[in-house]
Amino acid sequence: MKRLFPVLSVVTAGLLAYALYDALVVAPTDALQGDVYRIIYYHVPSAWTAFLLFFINFVASIQYLVSAKESRRAAAKWIVIAIGVVGVITSFLPPVRQQLTSAGMRPSAMATTIVLIPIFYFLIGKLFPGQKLDVLAVTTAEVGVVFCTVVLVTGPIWARPVWGIWWAPGDIRLTSTLVLWLIYVSYLVLRRFSNSAQTQMLAAALAVFGALDVPLVYFSIWFFRTQHPQPVIGGGGSIDPRMLHVLLLSWTAFLCFAFLVSWSRFRLELLRRDVEDAHALESLAGAEPAKASLPLERSTR
Amino acid sequence: MNSVKFLFAAYIATWLIHGFYLGTIVQRFRRLRSQLQQMGKK
Repeated sequence: MKRLFPVLSVVTAGLLAYALYDALVVAPTDALQGDVYRIIYYHVPSAWTAFLLFFINFVASIQYLVSAKESRRAAAKWIVIAIGVVGVITSFLPPVRQQLTSAGMRPSAMATTIVLIPIFYFLIGKLFPGQKLDVLAVTTAEVGVVFCTVVLVTGPIWARPVWGIWWAPGDIRLTSTLVLWLIYVSYLVLRRFSNSAQTQMLAAALAVFGALDVPLVYFSIWFFRTQHPQPVIGGGGSIDPRMLHVLLLSWTAFLCFAFLVSWSRFRLELLRRDVEDAHALESLAGAEPAKASLPLERSTR
Repeated sequence: MNSVKFLFAAYIATWLIHGFYLGTIVQRFRRLRSQLQQMGKK
């Protein structure tokens, strides 16, 4: 795994450079906005990446909350399967289908979003057993906040020349995104400054509430009148295929970048816990050196 | 619309944010490793 990191870093750097070149040179200029629309190639992929990271955080938090008892774990498993099956079937029921279509949303997009829930749930449970779930949760929350910060910074920079204002007060898309950011910042503050034995459980519960804001942010432009433009993908809008190609390329590059950053942050968190354990052992042993007890195997991963 | 400066501002801001965050990760790694080394020396 250690050898994979530099290889992935080089691939990611190449992808980011290629995406930047495509965004600035290859993608056609927008007829209405001119070149400033090219902010879309950083703004939108950052938002999608942040949503994905918060979603992983949500799943990891749920898994962590139910992991204490076998009965809770089994119940959660069946609830998740039920959500997936019922959600997909509901998306294609004629009345729901009609309502989604009239709101400019494709039922297949809705079904795909819902089916991701059980897939991620079981994948994450398999790959991150026990305390690693909590490590994954804190990692994805922190990296998600960074990407969400990019969204909140690039959004106003884009809005100023296009809307004539930096921020539209009261706009549901903008406000819910800011609230989302604040919730996850609170989550990180809680984890940073609370030393209680229940911090991990409290943080996991807060993350579940925070994640409820993600669908509100995502679907707000379909269901509310907002200054923010309507979606161009999965929402009945249209986009030049060359622009779409660059947008997806840019998202791929940012996903790879987010993966690498999350990987580093995950290892950092493991190391931090190792040092904490070593400190605890040292204080337990008094003046005895804790060298022999250092869990170095975990920290060198 | 002459707004290329906003485009570059957005791109530069993005990489400044990511660069700053990567810097904090490297800093925290260094601090933890030096703590581990100090504990190992004791």
